[in-house]
Amino acid sequence: MEKKYYIKHYCAIKNEAVYKNGEVYHEDETSDNLKDFAKGIYKKLELKYPKFYKMDELCKFSFLASEILLMNEEIDEDTALVFANKASSLVTDRKHQETINDPENYFPSPAIFVYTLPNIALGEISIKHKFKSENAFFVNEKFDSSFIMNYSQMLLDTQKATKVICGWVDLDSNKYDVFLTYLTREEGKQITIRELTDIYNNDYGRISRRA
Amino acid sequence: MAELVEELKEKIIDQLSLEDIEVSDIDNNDPLFGDGLGLDSIDALELIVLLEKEYGIKLTDPKEGKAIFQSVQVMADYITKHRTK
Repeated sequence: MEKKYYIKHYCAIKNEAVYKNGEVYHEDETSDNLKDFAKGIYKKLELKYPKFYKMDELCKFSFLASEILLMNEEIDEDTALVFANKASSLVTDRKHQETINDPENYFPSPAIFVYTLPNIALGEISIKHKFKSENAFFVNEKFDSSFIMNYSQMLLDTQKATKVICGWVDLDSNKYDVFLTYLTREEGKQITIRELTDIYNNDYGRISRRA
Repeated sequence: MAELVEELKEKIIDQLSLEDIEVSDIDNNDPLFGDGLGLDSIDALELIVLLEKEYGIKLTDPKEGKAIFQSVQVMADYITKHRTK
C-alpha cells in the first residue's frame, strides 16, 4: 500500500496566478516583471512587513507562498522548512555579477550580495515566524516530490519538527515555478506521492479554474 | 543644500528599497536607524557604498558611519564638506 502524507494546505504560484489548495487566490495578468507580480500578492495578503521589499525575488516568492500556507494557522516554532529548486539563487547572482563586472565601476551592493545563497529565503521565513527548527534548501534538476516528502516526513517521524513547509521554489529570469505544501503529523488530507505529483503536474488547479 | 537633501532622500529610498516611504515622509532630522526609518546593518553598508559611488567619499572606518548616518541633514552636511564628485 502506498504511503500517505498528511498535507493540510498546498500553494502554487505559476502562470500569473496564485493557488491555494487548488483554488485561485490571486491573479495578475498585468504585471510584466517578478517584482510587480510579487508586490501584488503582498498587497493582496495585506501584510505590513517592510523588510519584504528588501528581499530578492526568490525570498519574496518563498515568503509569500509560506504566508499563504500559514494563513489562519497557529504558528509553531518547531516548523521545519525543506525547499528545493533548480536555479539556486541565480537571479541574484547575476545581479551581483553586474555590480562587479567593471573594475572601473566596482561597487558590489551589500543588499544584493546577502541574497546570493538560496537558503537565505528560509532565514527570512524563520525570522518572520520565529521558527527554530530544521531547514534545508536543495538544488535539484527538477521537482522530486518523493525526495522532498520523504525527507520532510523523516523530520516529523524523528520528532525534529512538528510541521514542515516543503516543496519547490524556482526562479530564473522572468520565469517562476512555486509549489509548497504544509505537511503535518496527522492534520489535513492524506495524499500519496503519486497524487501530489499529479497536483503539481496538473497546473495546480488551473484546469478547474477554466471549467 | 536643500536640493542635496531632497536628492539624498530619493537615493536612500531607491537604494534601500523603502517602497512604502515617500520623500515627504522623511524629516530632515529623523533618525535613520532605530525609531526613525528603522534601517538595519545591511542598510548601513549600503549607505557607505552610496557615499562612495555617488559622491566619491570613501569611509576607511565603517564605524564613522554611526555619526554620519544620524539623519539626512547630517549626511548632507558631511557630503557637502567631503564630496569629490
